Amino acid sequence: MFGYEFYIDPERCIGCLSCVNACAECDTHRGVPMITVDYLDRGNSIATVPAICMHCDDPTCAEVCPADAIKKGEDGVVQSALKPRCVACSNCVLACPFGIPKMMVKLELMMKCDMCYDRTSVGKRPMCATVCPSQALAYVTPDEIARERRESPVNVFQFGNETVKTKVFMMMPPGATAVVVRATESLDVADDLWEPFEEEG
Amino acid sequence: MAKPPLPLHDLQERFGPHLAFTPPGGWGEERTHSPDELVKTHCCFCGQQCGIQLKVRGGQVVGFEPWEEFPFNRGMLCPKGVRRYLQGNHPDRLLSPLLRTDAGFRPAGWDEALGFVARRVREIQEKHGKDAVAVYGGASLTTEKAYLVGKFARLAVGTRHVDYNGRLCMVSAGTAYKLAFGVDRSPNPWSDIPEAQVAFVIGANVGECAPITTQYLWQCRDRGGKLIVADPRRTPITRNADLYLPVRPGTDLALLQGLLHVVLREGWEDREFIAAHTVGFEAVAEEAQAWDPRRVAAVTGVRPEAIEQAARWLGEADRAVLLHARGIEHQSKGVENCSAVINLALALGQIGRPGAGCMMITGQGNGQGGREHGQKCDQLPGQRSIADPAAREHVARVWGVAPEEIPQAGLSAVEIMEAIHKGEIKALISICFNPLVSLPDARFTREALEKLELLCVTDFFLSETAQYADVVLAGSLQEEEEGVVASAEGRVLHIRKAVDPPGDAWADSKIYVELARRLGKERFFPYKEPREIFAELRLASAGGVADYAGITYERIDREMGIFWPCPTEDHPGTPRLFEGGRFFHPDGKARFMLAPWRESGDPVAPEFPTYLTTGRVVGQYLSGTQTRRIGPLVEPFPHPRLELHPRLAEAHGVADGDWVTITTRRDAITLQAMVVRTIRPDTVFIAYHWPGGRSANRLTHRTLDPRSKIPEFKVSACRIEKAAGPPEWVRSELPADFPRPESKAPSQRLPIVGGR
Repeated sequence: MFGYEFYIDPERCIGCLSCVNACAECDTHRGVPMITVDYLDRGNSIATVPAICMHCDDPTCAEVCPADAIKKGEDGVVQSALKPRCVACSNCVLACPFGIPKMMVKLELMMKCDMCYDRTSVGKRPMCATVCPSQALAYVTPDEIARERRESPVNVFQFGNETVKTKVFMMMPPGATAVVVRATESLDVADDLWEPFEEEG
Repeated sequence: MAKPPLPLHDLQERFGPHLAFTPPGGWGEERTHSPDELVKTHCCFCGQQCGIQLKVRGGQVVGFEPWEEFPFNRGMLCPKGVRRYLQGNHPDRLLSPLLRTDAGFRPAGWDEALGFVARRVREIQEKHGKDAVAVYGGASLTTEKAYLVGKFARLAVGTRHVDYNGRLCMVSAGTAYKLAFGVDRSPNPWSDIPEAQVAFVIGANVGECAPITTQYLWQCRDRGGKLIVADPRRTPITRNADLYLPVRPGTDLALLQGLLHVVLREGWEDREFIAAHTVGFEAVAEEAQAWDPRRVAAVTGVRPEAIEQAARWLGEADRAVLLHARGIEHQSKGVENCSAVINLALALGQIGRPGAGCMMITGQGNGQGGREHGQKCDQLPGQRSIADPAAREHVARVWGVAPEEIPQAGLSAVEIMEAIHKGEIKALISICFNPLVSLPDARFTREALEKLELLCVTDFFLSETAQYADVVLAGSLQEEEEGVVASAEGRVLHIRKAVDPPGDAWADSKIYVELARRLGKERFFPYKEPREIFAELRLASAGGVADYAGITYERIDREMGIFWPCPTEDHPGTPRLFEGGRFFHPDGKARFMLAPWRESGDPVAPEFPTYLTTGRVVGQYLSGTQTRRIGPLVEPFPHPRLELHPRLAEAHGVADGDWVTITTRRDAITLQAMVVRTIRPDTVFIAYHWPGGRSANRLTHRTLDPRSKIPEFKVSACRIEKAAGPPEWVRSELPADFPRPESKAPSQRLPIVGGR
C-alpha cells in the first residue's frame, strides 16, 4: 500500500497472540505463523514483545545466501526465499541480526515474514497489524503516526560497529534516535505495597 | 438420578474436547480461491462484539477476514475471534439429539427427544407443581433467543424459576446502575475513552478479557491522558499505567471510599452538578469521612500517597472515565463496589459528557442484550421489573395472556442450583450454560446435578454439564442463526446467519418453539424466523427502559449498529446516556447510594491465610465449552496454573513449575506453580476455564451479593502447600490429544503457536 509504513511499539503489546494466530491463517504459509511473541522476563514482568521481519535496507540474509534465493522488491520488502532456489543451508537463519528467518525442515525452505505481500499488493494492510488489539503493530501513514503517537519512530539499529537501517520502524521514547528496549524493568507488585509482606510461619 | 453414563475417557473419545487446528477442507490449494461469501457479522466471544467477516465456502465457515469498516474495532480482533471459525465443522459437534441409556448416549430423532422432555416436564409438574421445573438461559445467546427463553419459561413451562449465566457476569453493576441511574447500561460509548484526561480502571483485566479496549486506553494515553489501574495483579494493561494500585482482593470498596474521601477533603467535587442533578449526596459524603487514606492503606495495601495521587488526578481532570468489570462485581459486596464507582463519578460531575463517565465493561458475548429482555428471574422484556403491575400488563398484552398468568419473580442462578440440591426443584432445562464449570463450589453443583429427575441441555458440544443430562438437544452456534446482540456499549448489532446448523442439529429458537408446541403452548410461539421474534420483542420492549421499538435489522446494517434506547424508527439511537444531567428516574436525578463496608463471605484466617482470586486468560472464553476445543487457543495455556509471588513461593519451598495443592474450606486442587512478581505476595490467582481436578471453582464459595445474587468468585481464603508430584487429573482427565503439563518451568515462555 503506497504511503503506508510498518511501526512496532513493543510497549503497547499485551501478549494476546492475536498477531500470531492471524498470521498463521495466511493461505500462503498455511497454518505456520511468521511472527513470534514472547515474554521478555515473565518472572519479573508482564512485558511481551512481538518480532517480525524488519526488512533491512541491505538485508544480511540476502547477502549471505549462496543461492541468491532472497530478493528485495522495489517496495523495500524482503521476500521469503524462492522455493526453486533455496538450498536450505540456514545461512540466513544464522546471519539475521534480528533472528527472524525460520528453516522449514520438512519443506527444505527458509520462510519468513514478507509483510503480507498478498494483502498489501491488493490494498489491504498486513494481517498482524490489522488485527492487533493494542496497535503494538501498526500499518499506517507517517502522518498518522506523527499525529496520534507521542513516541518517535526509529529505524536505525546499532549492532556494535554495524549500523542496520530497516523499512520497519520501532516506536521509541519521544526524541529517541536509537533503539532502546526496556527489557529488564521489574514490575514487582511488592514494590508498590503499603504493608511489608509478613512471612507465613 | 443423573450421572454421566460412561467413564470420562469413553465420553471424551466421542465428544471431546478434541483439538481442531485445521480449517474445513485443510490448507490445500482450494483455500487460495475466493470464498463463496464473506459474511459481515460479529464475534461470538465477549461483550465487545467486534465486527468480523466470516469466510464461507461450500456451506462451511472456513476462515475469517477483518472487517475494517466496522467502527468499534476497525478490523482488530483478539485470538479468540481469529480462530472462532474452527468450531463450526468441529469433530465434537453434536449432530442430532442424544438420549442417555445405561450404555451411553444414543442418537435420537427430534420427535422422540422433544416428546420425552415434554412428557417428563408434565409428569414432574403434575406431581411437584409448576415451579419444580427451572430454566437456565445464557448471555451468549442472541437477544431473540434470550427473549424466547424467558417467554418459554414463563408461558410454556409456567415456572417462576428462570435465570441465566449472566448472573455470574455483571449483575452487580447492573443492579448498582439501576439503583443510581434507573437504567442498566454503560452510559458512554467507547469512543469517549480516548477523550478523557484520566482513565481509572478498577477490577478489569482489559488486556485479556476485553483486548480491543486496550487500544482505547492506549489512545487516551497517546493524547496525554493518565491511566490508573487498580488490581491485585499487574495485568497486561498495567505495563503502561501511570499509576498502579495493588489493591488487596475484596478491598476495592475501601479504595473507592478513600478516593471519594480525598476528593471531598480537597473540595474537588462538582457542587453545582451535585445540587442540580443528584439526590443523597450528604449521606454518602458522611460515609466517606471514615475512610482517610491511612485507614484505606491498612485495609487495601495501597500506599496513602498513591491514593492521594489518584484522587488528585481524578479531582483535577475536566474529563475522566472510570471503568470496571468482574474484579469488583464478583464480590459479596459487588453492588456496593459499583455504587462506590458511581458515587465517585457523580461527586466529580464526571458523567453524561464526552470523555466523562463511569463505564461497566460487560463480559459475555451478548452480556448486555442477553439481560434486557426477560431471561433474568426478576425482569420482563425492556428491562422491566416483573413486580411492576404496569410492566406486567404491557407484556401480558403483547403476549396475549392475562397479567396474572405471568409468574412472579423466581430464584437466581445459584439459588436455583441450591434449590435443586435441596430437592425442591426436580427438573432443569438449560441452554448456553455450563454450571458444573462456571458456578462456584463445583462439588456442590455436581451433587445437585446428580439429584435431578430431568436434565435437558441444549448445546452444540457435550459440555461437562451435558454429560449429566438425560436429553441433549443439538443446537446452533451463533453463526447458524440470525439475530441481534447488544455490545458492552449498548450498541445493538446484527448477527447474520452464515451457515446452517450441521447434520440434524437445529437452530436454538426452533428447538424452543417446538418444545413449547409439545407442551401445548404453540399459540404463544408462532415464529418461523428469528425476525418474527424480534418484531415481537420490539413491541414488548416499547416504552421500557431498554426500548428497541425503533430498531430494525435493516437500520442496524445501514447505521453500523444502533444504541438503545431507540423508541421510534426515526430516532437516531442514544450513544451517550445522561447528557445534560438527565437520568432515567422519574425526577430525572441520579441517586448517590450508600456503600457500607462488609467482610468477604470467606474471610482469611490462620488456617486459610492466603487470598485466592480467579479470572480469565486471553485465549479462553468462560467455561471453555467452545475454546477448549480450538487447538491454537489451547496450546499457549493448556491448563490453569497457580500464579504466586516469589516471596510466598519461597515461604512454602515452591519453585516455578512445582506442583502445589491449594485448599479452601470447600475442596482442594493441585496445579503447577507459576512464580511471578506480578501478583501481590498475599494472593494467588487461578484462571477458571477448566473442569474436574483443574477447576478453580472447586475452591470458590457460594456467598452471594444479597441484591445482585452474584457469587464472590474474586475473593476466597486458601492455603497452599507443595505437592509430592503431579495430581490425578494429569493421568485420568486429559483427553488423548491434549498437551500434557511440562515438567520444566512453564511460566517463562510463550509457546510458538503452529499448525499440526
